[in-house]
Amino acid sequence: MLEIKNLNVHFGVIHALKGISLTVNKGEIVTLIGANGAGKTTTLRTISGLKKPTDGSIILEGKDITNTSAQERVMMGISQAPEGRRVFSAMTVLENLELGAYLRRDKNEIARDLETVYHHFPILADRRKQIAGTLSGGEQQMLAIGRALMSRPRILLLDEPSMGLAPLFVQEIFNIIRDINKAGTTILLVEQNASMALQIANRAYVMETGSIVLSGTGSELMQSEDIKKAYLGG
Amino acid sequence: MERLLQQIINGISLGSIYALIALGYTMVYGIIKLINFAHSDIYMLGAFIGYFSMTTLKLGFIPSLLLSMVFCTIIGVVIEKVAYKPLRHATRIAVLITAIGVSLFLEYTTMAIAGANVRSYPPLTGILTKSFMLGNINISMLQILILGITIILMILLQFIVKKTRIGKAMRAVSLDSDAAELMGINVNTTISFTFALGSALAGAAGIMVGIYYNSINPLMGMLPGIKAFIAAVFGGIGIIPGAMIGGYFIGIVEVLVSGYSNSLYRDGVVFAILILVLIIKPTGLLGKNSREKV
Repeated sequence: MLEIKNLNVHFGVIHALKGISLTVNKGEIVTLIGANGAGKTTTLRTISGLKKPTDGSIILEGKDITNTSAQERVMMGISQAPEGRRVFSAMTVLENLELGAYLRRDKNEIARDLETVYHHFPILADRRKQIAGTLSGGEQQMLAIGRALMSRPRILLLDEPSMGLAPLFVQEIFNIIRDINKAGTTILLVEQNASMALQIANRAYVMETGSIVLSGTGSELMQSEDIKKAYLGG
Repeated sequence: MERLLQQIINGISLGSIYALIALGYTMVYGIIKLINFAHSDIYMLGAFIGYFSMTTLKLGFIPSLLLSMVFCTIIGVVIEKVAYKPLRHATRIAVLITAIGVSLFLEYTTMAIAGANVRSYPPLTGILTKSFMLGNINISMLQILILGITIILMILLQFIVKKTRIGKAMRAVSLDSDAAELMGINVNTTISFTFALGSALAGAAGIMVGIYYNSINPLMGMLPGIKAFIAAVFGGIGIIPGAMIGGYFIGIVEVLVSGYSNSLYRDGVVFAILILVLIIKPTGLLGKNSREKV
């Protein structure tokens, strides 16, 4: 479904992504793990079109989308719940979700997807009139994911959905991510919480300072001694 | 008491003008964090277009108002495209200096074309020359017209910002432009639209000042521009209702100072208000203390 070939990204003189390649197949959960500053967020931002690559290509279902705008990519089915949640804090929960469907005109289908989001996250239905900035961190994360779902994506990019959340919430978020995937959305998940990510992922890539250094199925990597030492706490 | 009420009535007309200009400052600041110093000159251009429309083209007030708003909208959007858009990722100070440059460019280009002389708007005719007494307070039809147009424009603005798709996009971009882009919102179009709205309001303010105070000149934007900016800061920069409240507050204070003490003090008092706001509550009347995003 999504293929990235030899992607290079620079910030001024800093070479942030050094020719990474990865593939996400339809229906999979693929996770990208690695330490802070490895380039995981930059990878997602480049896929979403917020950052232009200096070299390489991004291919969605056989079509080269490297030179398309962020809007076109949303229209083609790429959606992202960004790092740090980034909900529109002064707007209500409902307004946030409606903005997720900004490019869509099919009112009835939007209403149906809103119900789907409320089904995944019942708390958002209770809080639909509440100002998003007053939600707890976990609820804001749910809103960010729900908002990303409102564009009816074919592939959903999730950037650190567990960041800053209480362990109970982390478990809940991961369960929901699995549910969303089961309902038919392909997922590319960036995480620092490697053990949780590897548990739900079909396949995983490990990033270090701008390169992919390891890849395999989730269970393979969980068994790997290097991974255990570096990311799973021994 | 009657004198106070009379002054307040007069202050409301001036306040309407300030509020309309302040809205443009505050919306542009809200969306790209730029104090658009050229905004006051768009107001000046609005006054000049209204003048030419009413004298050379001999159009009535309402067609002239619309013409002036349309012209200012176009100028505002062009300025954004030519001067500010290329600097989207530049430092804020670079854009600010550019804005001052644009301001001077507009002032002296107008001077080159229209001359530096003060021009007088044509005298009013018909019902606009009338006024009536409410008790012992004199209210002119012109004051009612200015207040009425301002209220209509503000309601229209609130409707656009709160209810329409592009209005939601404006609010989203001003809250978090990256996140807005991830929703598929075209940030550049949204910024252009914000400039268009603000400039249209400035155009309306320009022609209304022309018919109210009668005289216009190419440098007329400077002082009202700064005062409208103070109004925006007073209400909380970036907050639309704040600019409305701030505009009326500054307008009324200015007229009260002229009426009750020496009119030479009126500008000083307005600047003193700015200093006080910056000391006591820099986020303004309706502003919330917000953390800087990292």
